Amino acid sequence: MISNSDERLVIKPKSPQPNKIKLHEASLSRYMIIGVLVSLLLITGYTLMHLDAAGVRINDAVRGLMMTLNQMFLQPSAGSDGMVLLLQALGISLLLSIMTTVIGAVIGFILAVLASKNLTNAYLGSGIRTAMAVVRAIPTIIWVLIFSIVCGLGTNAAILGLSFHSVAYLTKAYSESIEEIDQSTIEALKVTGSKFWVIVFQAIWPTIIASLVSWTFIRLEINFANAVAVGAAAGAGGIGYQLFVASGMSFDFHEVGMIVYLIIAVTLLLEFIAVKLRKAYIVK
Amino acid sequence: MQTPVNYLARKHWKQTGIIALIGGIYLLSSYVLKFDGLGGVIAIPKAFAWLGINFRPTANSTQYLPSIWQKLLGTVMLAIASTVVASIIAIFVAILGSKVTGGNSIIQTIVRGIASFFRNIPLVAWAMILLFSFKQSDFTGFLALLLMSVGYLIRAFMEIIEDEASETMLALKATGASYFQVIFQAVIPQIMPSLISWILYMIENNVRDATLVGILTGTGIGFVFDIYYKSFRFDAAGMTVLSIIIVVIVLELLSNQIRKVIL
Repeated sequence: MISNSDERLVIKPKSPQPNKIKLHEASLSRYMIIGVLVSLLLITGYTLMHLDAAGVRINDAVRGLMMTLNQMFLQPSAGSDGMVLLLQALGISLLLSIMTTVIGAVIGFILAVLASKNLTNAYLGSGIRTAMAVVRAIPTIIWVLIFSIVCGLGTNAAILGLSFHSVAYLTKAYSESIEEIDQSTIEALKVTGSKFWVIVFQAIWPTIIASLVSWTFIRLEINFANAVAVGAAAGAGGIGYQLFVASGMSFDFHEVGMIVYLIIAVTLLLEFIAVKLRKAYIVK
Repeated sequence: MQTPVNYLARKHWKQTGIIALIGGIYLLSSYVLKFDGLGGVIAIPKAFAWLGINFRPTANSTQYLPSIWQKLLGTVMLAIASTVVASIIAIFVAILGSKVTGGNSIIQTIVRGIASFFRNIPLVAWAMILLFSFKQSDFTGFLALLLMSVGYLIRAFMEIIEDEASETMLALKATGASYFQVIFQAVIPQIMPSLISWILYMIENNVRDATLVGILTGTGIGFVFDIYYKSFRFDAAGMTVLSIIIVVIVLELLSNQIRKVIL
């Protein structure tokens, strides 16, 4: 007979609780995410502690800002320049961005074809990619300032500077889309003995046209923002220059408000067109 | 009925039309903007020749290096700080405003409107308005970058939540989890990799934009470049550009590596 006191014979469950369910799997990706988050937060904390506010009293500054915003957004007016001049300047900025996007798209496509890994040899490709990475690393505004020495201040320098950055950006975007193409599409045409540019325009172009259009329109939006910025910081004309004069020289914030509203209207229009076009191409 | 001949003819017309359209836009804009195409092409090698002669850093220009790197580091940290603060604000707003996690349609519309508004006010306008009230300081640059990034990030985060988190969310909801449990246990962990990818992209972008903001508000690396450039110390300006190139490319490589691991 087995008695309870005979402990050797009673089988106790080894662990009274079942194993805890693992909620998170330990992986490199997880450590990396935590590491990146922690270091970003640390840098932010350090920077915010040491931020130099030039002794501005925050209360006063915020009150001033509210007053300015009130003048801008609730009482916009065309100011001394007049609406016609502002609309003309807006048109110039818009044309500037369209033109540089067109230049960027045409040259960018050719360079992208030459830079894609699945089309050309590795040396040419990596050479173009490195050059484009360097061009992209230099901010647009610095390109425009550099060209303004040779061409003089004005739209010529702005066109060249904006185009440079667009070409570099679109080359990268396009060549990434080209590299996503299925290799068999290209090989099927190669087998028939097609020449290089025939392959490009009969196989690659139709396959990536949707992402091509979508990237080009993203760049158009960026270029419009850049055209405004360049006009302000490099005196390259357009609505950006009017904005700079109104907010930095004549301090007419009613006019600043009007200019900002005009710019917002154009960007919303561009966004609307982009959404419509993207839908049209995706349905096809 | 579409025959091959028909199809090819139409394709031909379409291609011709596209080429004509592109050419037309180019000609029209160069006419209106008085752009001299040939002169422009000639100006490019000229500009590079000028760069090669004047922007080449000399032994003399190494004396500027410490101050350039100090400002550049400050600018990068400012860009990081503004992006991180912007993304903390943006994630909460995005959760409020997205179609899957958000409140009713009125709140969604308001959030979308605010995001679009902040995004579309040009950086120049933010910089100039803030400069007027907050004076010439790093804080002004920080605020300008912050306000700009918030608009972009709200929209990006909302799209990420709608694309990636809706299924996980539904699964957790089915177990009877509360709203906050769903948000913190399903939505946020699910979208974390894409979130970080976007934050890194925004940091790169902000470093570049910080140059522009710096030129306008007189802070950071943009101000340094502007001073050297306008006082004709081109070797120092060249050194500044070289430093910017190095930092931007290093940041890009670093974030590409991080993306490879987490995505």
